[in-house]
Order: sequence, then structure tokens, then C-alpha cells
Amino acid sequence: MDIKKILKRNEFYVSIIIVALALLIQIKSGQFFTSNNIMDLVRSLIVPGMMAAGLFMVIASGNIDVSFPYTAMLCMFGITKLFQVIDYQGPVVLGFLLAAVIGAFLGLINGVLAAWLKLPTLIITLGTCAIYLGFTQGVLKSSVISVLPDPLADMAAHTLFTVRSATTGLGSSMPISIVMLIGTLLVVGFIMKYTMLGRGIYAVGGDPVAAERVGFNVSAIRIFVFTFMGLIGGVTGLTQVTLSGMCQINFFDGYEMTIIAAVVLGGASIAGGSGTVFGTFLGVLLMKLISNNLILLGIPTNWSKLMTGVLIIAGVSASAYKAVLSEKRVSGNILKTGEKEAKQ
Amino acid sequence: MNEILLQIKDISKRFGGVKALDEVRLVIKKGEIHCLVGENGCGKSTLIKIISGFYKPDGGEIIFDGKSYSHLEINQAIQLGIQVIYQDMSVFPNLTVAENIAMNYELYNKKKLVNWKEVRKTAKSALGHIGIDLPLDEQVGKLSVADKQLIAIARSILYNSKLIIMDEPTSALTRKEVDKLFKVIHQLKDEGVSILFVSHKLDEVFEIADQFTVFRNGKSIVQADAKEITDDQFVYFMTGRKLEQKPFLAETRDDTKSLLKVEGLCLKNGFENISFEIHAGEILGITGLLGSGRTELAKTLFGMYKADAGKIYIDGKEVKVNSPMEALKLKIAYVPEDRLTEGLFLTQTIEKNMVIANIDKLRKKSRVVDYKRGYSDSKEWVRSLGIKLHELKDGITTLSGGNQQKVVLGKWLETAPKVLILNGPTVGVDIGAKYDIHDYLRGLAEKNDMAILMISDDINEVLMNCNRILIIKSGHITGEYKNTELSSEKLQALISGGEHEEAC
Repeated sequence: MDIKKILKRNEFYVSIIIVALALLIQIKSGQFFTSNNIMDLVRSLIVPGMMAAGLFMVIASGNIDVSFPYTAMLCMFGITKLFQVIDYQGPVVLGFLLAAVIGAFLGLINGVLAAWLKLPTLIITLGTCAIYLGFTQGVLKSSVISVLPDPLADMAAHTLFTVRSATTGLGSSMPISIVMLIGTLLVVGFIMKYTMLGRGIYAVGGDPVAAERVGFNVSAIRIFVFTFMGLIGGVTGLTQVTLSGMCQINFFDGYEMTIIAAVVLGGASIAGGSGTVFGTFLGVLLMKLISNNLILLGIPTNWSKLMTGVLIIAGVSASAYKAVLSEKRVSGNILKTGEKEAKQ
Repeated sequence: MNEILLQIKDISKRFGGVKALDEVRLVIKKGEIHCLVGENGCGKSTLIKIISGFYKPDGGEIIFDGKSYSHLEINQAIQLGIQVIYQDMSVFPNLTVAENIAMNYELYNKKKLVNWKEVRKTAKSALGHIGIDLPLDEQVGKLSVADKQLIAIARSILYNSKLIIMDEPTSALTRKEVDKLFKVIHQLKDEGVSILFVSHKLDEVFEIADQFTVFRNGKSIVQADAKEITDDQFVYFMTGRKLEQKPFLAETRDDTKSLLKVEGLCLKNGFENISFEIHAGEILGITGLLGSGRTELAKTLFGMYKADAGKIYIDGKEVKVNSPMEALKLKIAYVPEDRLTEGLFLTQTIEKNMVIANIDKLRKKSRVVDYKRGYSDSKEWVRSLGIKLHELKDGITTLSGGNQQKVVLGKWLETAPKVLILNGPTVGVDIGAKYDIHDYLRGLAEKNDMAILMISDDINEVLMNCNRILIIKSGHITGEYKNTELSSEKLQALISGGEHEEAC
């Protein structure tokens, strides 16, 4: 019974693909399971992983947000510039708190517009993403910041531990922000599974009218998921600075699409109401696995987009095909009862 | 148990210029099964939404358990013990049975965290309470309509529920499932819960109600004891007109003229060896339970399924129907079971819905559609079928169920069919419109040039309008009767007879 349940889970299949792909890369190149490679992979998961966790909530509630990369960008430049201007030397935590507040406010704008205007959230966030980008470019006049203020530079230099390859001498370090990724995943996981708020998100995603009738505050739930997404957007913006050691306007280009794809690949229906944070994380892992490691398979990096695209289509088709099959099964069942009666 | 639980006093509600409710009154006592009846658009749903806090009334008073309110909020209504089971059931298809059932309980208790053990326990005890067994971990989207209905009921029974409102709960249920539901309702009544049962099915109202209230055009017409009233009076209260129907006897019938003949028709897993003949002047009825093969038969005749064996003759000539397109060419028309998903284009206007089946004939030489002719043709059908509408250019969804069904019928009649297959022709249709449709079909039959096949599980409809009735069971025709030799009880027994407890 339990094995059957596991076999039904989308996470199971994504895990299999991940393991198979990892083994394939290892066999072909012998370089997958090296501490450097694993460390780099983990490092590259931090920002997309946090974003995906937030976006998973939005998608589970039956909405979509394409503005979060621009929220991240705005917070990244806004706070770095602020630190530069006032020559801030205090704890870096304050910067993250500020990023969280600004991000949450930008998310709140999305949420309130969505709850109030009841427009498709794709349109709303397409609009606000242009505003956030325009604000970053126009008002903040941002393009590149190559020398970071001290608190951020300190955090970038600080790592949990470093591994050094014996053969090449190259070092890879584990950034502190990995803690934030783990924290975010745990918080989102807890909210979605063990709080009425999380169950409300699934309920709204399943049927918003029914959710309202049963007594959920649908507007509040909408506002929450967008605000939370904004908060994560803000925090990841600053995290990215400490990971790259600089700010660049194109850091998050195309992130909205990649992250949406990762969430859907992880088993969440784009129509809302389903998915898990674990699945979402696996979706991100799979995407990053491909974009980071195809080169180890001898496939040029130029091809990684193509591979990602094929993967997304394949992943989505698999679950859609399952749905088509199950529809056929229902009609088959009805006819079977007919046969059963006929036998009596 | 004579205490009053809910009293609606002179409640009014306007939408724009339309008065949906005009100073309506309603009194429900504790532990009473109260039926609210009326045709579509009479204000029943509006009143439910006012009681449940979805709408704010423009005037009047709601007295619940002795306290007076000018209006209720959604959560306030829930806290007071008012639960509504909507027609669409409002269950969450993406969540499990257990979660769906426990949801109301958790929200009512203003829980912040979910205790999964408790969820299962709550769900189990609620299901046990109404004596139903369902798999707790199954996703609700995969269950049947009847099961969803039971889930909606199970979750509405909180320990404090005082009033449960059921909005047309039987519309998608088979007779057996209705019996099960009624048992549950009686049990709730015995526990002191009041039920407001909204319906427009007369037989059900008489079967279940203690008291009833009739609404017509947003006004409350009468409130009375269910025992003190006859069928005819009831129909009069609802429609405001006297409707009488005599059984259809096919007096113009010509047995030498065969319009449709089916011989040994078989569909794998669907039905076997189906044979019948429709003569000029007849309306042939086929009736059976849900899942008896009746819909599969209809769809096969219309080319939606491909028959494995058997022959079909129209006007004595053998034909092959392999697709709906071919059926259309052969002048076969099919009024489907579910007009909303199969019969209408819901986003389009009334006029466009009306001309669609005949669109090929409306083509001018330049291959452009002649909308002018389409408009005048549509207008003609609106007149002859008595469709009540504001304008042909209005959306189809602005019409009531009965008028929508008339549009579906008009659409097919416009193609001048030789064979008219009706599958559940008056499901969800008001009594008034129902009589209109029946009268029209009888008129058509008497012209002696159209084979009319009426597939329906509405016992009275079949008895009154079909001169011959075939019973279908598990894909086989098990009997043929004249309508004059059957009573509704007998027909009911024939349909469900010999049926053992099977999995529901």
C-alpha cells in the first residue's frame, strides 16, 4: 500500500531522473561526485531554491508571479547603494531585514492589486515587474556595482567551510546563506502541511469559490502568498550579492520562467492546488543539475537551454498523459459495473 | 419542537434595476424539514446567499435563534450554526476526503495548525454519523458526484449545526442515492437539526417536506403544511398558471411507416443486441438507471461511438453513422444529457448558439455566412418555442435552464431532422418550461415525419409523453410496455428491479 503511494508521487520520478542523470554524468566524466562539483551545485541552488519555494506557494494558491526577479534586483541595488551612500559598517543582518521589508512591501502591492482588482495575476505582476525594473534602472540608475560595501563583502568572504581539490588545487566554499535556503524550505514546508493557512492556500488553489464559502479569507490568503514571495525576492536579491561579490543588472534575467518551470517540474499544477515544497526543491535541483553539468557530458553550454526545454516538455507531458489515462479509466469502470450486473 | 429557529422578515434584494427578492418571508422551526420551491430565477438562490452571509439584503430582518440581524457575515453565519450545501457541492477536488470533511470543523474552531490525526478522526466520525464509508485518503476529484454530495453533507454536520441548507441536492443523483440522502436528512431531523431543502422536483418535495414555502418572481407566494396540498395546487403556486397534461397516446400513429429502425446494435462494454423501431406519430421512450447504457446508446446513434455490430435504418434505408458529422448529414439530431458542457457554447450569444447546427445551410454563394437569415430563423424559433429572452444578442448564460434547453432544441429543429434523439430533455428545467417542451414534442410527433426517441430517467416524463417505453438495464433491453399499462410505481420497480446491492 505504502509502496503504491510512493509510486504515485511525482517526487519519486523526479528523484529517479536526478539519480540517473548524476550516475550518467559520473560514468561519462568521473567528475560528478567530486567535492568541488557537489559544492558548486549546492551553491547554485541557494537563490533559485528560495525563490522556487516562495513561488510554489503562489502557484499552489492558483496564482502566478513573474515580478519576483525584479523585486530581487531592486532590493539588491537599493540596499547595496544605500550601504555605499551612508558608509554603513553595522551588522549585515540589518541589510537583510531591510531587504525583507522592502521586498514584502513590493509583494504586498501585487497581493493587494490581485485581491482587489481580481485580475489575472499574470497581468498584474507583468505590470509591476516592469515598474520595479524601471525603478531600478531609472531612479536608482543601476547597472553594475563591482566594489561591495564592507558588511556585504565580509559576508561574501565568510564561509562555513571550504573544500580543496587535491588534484587541481581549486577550492569551493559553502556560503553561510545555505542556512537561509534550508530555513526557507522548512518554513514553507511547515506552513503548507501543518497550518490552516497552508491548507487554505491549497483550498483556494483548488476552488476559490468553495474556499470562500467554507469560511477562508480568500483575499488575505492571496495577499499573504504575494507578500511572502516579495519577502523572499528581497532576501534573495541581497543573497545573490554575497554569492557573486558584485551587483549586475542582468543577474536575474529569465529567472521568472526558469523558476516557474522548476516548480511545475517538481509536481505542482500550474492551475493551482497541488504540489509539495520537497517536489519543488527537486525540480530546482534537476534544472540546475542540467545547466551546471551538461558540459561534463561533453554537451556545450549553448545546448543547455535546449535540454532544459526538452526536459520541461517531457516532464509536463508525463503528468498530463497520466491525467488523460485516468480519465479513460473512469469511463472503463462505469462499463465494468454494467458487466458485473449483467452477470448477476 | 415548536420553537422557531429562523425567521426571514420582509427581506428585499435588488441587483441593478432587477428586484430579485421582494419582501419575502420564511419561517423555519427547529427540527423541521422545510422545502423552498420555485422556478429558476424566483429568488431561491439569492435568499440562500443572504442567509449564508454572501449577500447583504437591502431591507428586512433575519431572526435566528431569537436574535435579530439586519444581515449576516459569512463567518458569522457559520458560527451561528448555519451550513450550506451548494448545488455544485463546493468540495475541493485537489484535497483528500478526510481533509474536505474536516475543513469546516477546523475553520469553525478557528484552528491555526493542522493535526492530521485529528483530521482523520473528525472525518471518520462525521462519515460514521451519517452511516457512510468512503476512502479517507482518496482525492475527492476522483469520486462520483453522489460521493461528493455525501462528503458535502458529512462536513456540514458540525456538533453545533442548527440549520443545513441544501440547494437542489438531488439534481445529479440516481433514485437509489436520493433514498440514501433522504435517510440521512431524516436522521438529522431526529437530532433536532432543521433542514432547508431547495428543489423544484415535486415528487421529492412531497416525499420529504414537513413544511414548504413557494417563491415566484422574487415574492413569497405561500407557506403551508406539506400534507394540506395537492400536486395541481402546487404547480399553480409555482408557475402562476394551471398546467394539465394527459398521457400521450400517439393517436395519429401510422404503424406502416417506419421512421427509424435499429437491429441488433452492439457496442463493446456498452450494450448488446439493441433492437427497436419508431413509427410515424410515435414518441418512443427509453428509460434506465445511470450507467445502464442509455447514454452510450444515444451517443452511438449520433455517431459518437462506433457500433460493433447491428444495423440502423432511417426511412427504411440502411445507414452508417460513424461520426456526428455524418449524423448531421443523415439528419439525425441529438439533444445531449448535459446542455452546459455538451449542448451550448456558453461564451456565445443566444443567436450564435441557435444557428450553429445549421451553419452550413446558411452559407451564401460567396461562402460567407448569411447572418441575416440566421437572425430571422432564430427569431422564428424564439416565437414558436416560447423562449423568454431580452435580446438575441445576449449571452446564452443570461437565460434560465428551461430557456437554454429550448435553445438547444430549437438549434436542432432548425436542421429539420428526421431523427430526434433527446437525452434527459428536461433535466434542471422548470415545470412551466418542461410542459412547454413536452407539448412541443407531442406536436412534432403528430406531424408523422420525425422519429422521436426520448431517453430519460424522469419516470413521469416518460409515462406522460412516450406511447411506448423500453426499459434498458445493464446494456440490454429488458422490456417493452405501453404507457397506458404502467403506473409510476410499477415503472420505477421495473427500472431498478432485480438490482442487488452493488458498489456505489
